[in-house]
Amino acid sequence: MSTEPKPTGQNDENPVVVAEHVQKSFGKFTAISDVNFTVKRGEIVGLLGANGAGKTTLIQMLLGLLSPSSGKIRIFGMDPEKDRISILRRANFSSAYVSLPYNLKVWENLDIFAGLYCIKNKKEKIDHLLELFGVKHLKTRMTGRLSSGESTRVNLCKALLNDPEILFLDEPTASLDPDIADKVRKLLARYREEHNVTMIYTSHNMRDVEELCDRIMFVAGGKIIADGQTSDILSKFEEQSLEELFIKIARDGEITTLGGTNEETAT
Amino acid sequence: MINWQVVAALGKRYIYIYSRNSFRILDIVFWPVMDLLVWGWVSAYMMTSQKGLPQMATFLIGAIILFNILLRVQQGITVSFLEDIWSRNLLNVFAAPVRASEFVAATYLVGLTQALAVMCVMSVAAYFIYGFSVSSIGWTLIPLFLNLLMMGWSLGLCTTALILRFGNQAEALAWAVPFLIQPLSAVFYPVSILPKFLQPISYCLPAAHVFEGMREVLQQNKFPQEHLIAAAVLNVIYMTLSGFFFAHMFKEARRKGLISKLVV
Repeated sequence: MSTEPKPTGQNDENPVVVAEHVQKSFGKFTAISDVNFTVKRGEIVGLLGANGAGKTTLIQMLLGLLSPSSGKIRIFGMDPEKDRISILRRANFSSAYVSLPYNLKVWENLDIFAGLYCIKNKKEKIDHLLELFGVKHLKTRMTGRLSSGESTRVNLCKALLNDPEILFLDEPTASLDPDIADKVRKLLARYREEHNVTMIYTSHNMRDVEELCDRIMFVAGGKIIADGQTSDILSKFEEQSLEELFIKIARDGEITTLGGTNEETAT
Repeated sequence: MINWQVVAALGKRYIYIYSRNSFRILDIVFWPVMDLLVWGWVSAYMMTSQKGLPQMATFLIGAIILFNILLRVQQGITVSFLEDIWSRNLLNVFAAPVRASEFVAATYLVGLTQALAVMCVMSVAAYFIYGFSVSSIGWTLIPLFLNLLMMGWSLGLCTTALILRFGNQAEALAWAVPFLIQPLSAVFYPVSILPKFLQPISYCLPAAHVFEGMREVLQQNKFPQEHLIAAAVLNVIYMTLSGFFFAHMFKEARRKGLISKLVV
């Protein structure tokens, strides 16, 4: 029996995520190229980039669902390749594009995932989260009959079942109306304040990112071409809004045209 | 290392999914009974049209019950995996602290449960429709069942690994694989009927030994020790190989990013 890796990263000074020279290639195509970054405890980092930029590939590598071709990833000081289970016990994930089984009731789905995360006091935990996200009345409803907004909030309940120390959120507000998206952002911000949870957040909604994220990383062509606080990045690239910068990067995302390199990015 | 709490949670999920999906109930009740009716009536017709074949009906009914065990175990495993793809839930499962071995153990339990359910349904139906009792096979039924269960596990795991590797286009294998090996498994006829060059290949399949063993019991009332040992040895080999094959495909899926591509 292998020895359980000693948990690290409990100290606020230690980064929760460390990526060094990470690269991922699929044959001749390089999806992620020499990416370096760290994420501190309690930080919310927005991963921005056009479709196909490499955001999902990066998140999947952090979740241990995809092996990097080279480089080093450490989460809580552990290697997702070797210590995937130990990391995932302390992490969770939610995506607008991944569903819970539609023909199960909401509480059945949450009960099953509570079992997968070996949660004690499952019933109390599920009730608390359903209450927190304002969906307790949906407890006995079939998951397939939920609206997009309800489904997103139930998915977030699933993502918080194990009190994760790091949360990977892949476009959680996609397809939500502005009112529900705003509620979701506020709930996530409140949850971070209360639990000091680290979040890595991908979104195409610039308002999400501006309101919620402490820091953003722009990904284009598999590289992080900008990394820092929103205001710093906007002034560096002389743009008025993230949306304008996003469009500029999406249309001509060459590092040279933007005047920055991976090494130069401010963190 | 397997965390049985995780396996239990996955197993519970399959129970919920199966109990809510009437088409999955058809797999356990409707199709096995249809098989039994068709093959039972074929054998009844042969008995009336040709004298000297009194045991043919018994052979065929026994064979169709045992073949359904193999079929349902294999499909139980593969369809459980497909259910996760169809419900776009696969990433949630693999982004949770679930080891591949725990996932496989849960699908094995689903296969076992389906096999037991199918055997019960078919045994009762065969008794009431044809007066055929599976107890005529005696205690030998247990090792025959276990050997088919193990072979179904291996086939199910290999099929799942192929779907993991080749994606949704390989879905048809979930239903096709048992029928691809059926001709060589000597389900409805003895291995000696096969062309000489195919007989050694047939004996490489545990199912061929199981069905030869079943006929030996029904015909000679003899415990088919040699066939059961051969089947068990082959099953151990195939289970080991299928485990390595799945582990390799899972590693390949992680290397090539195939898990997320199945979520469509």
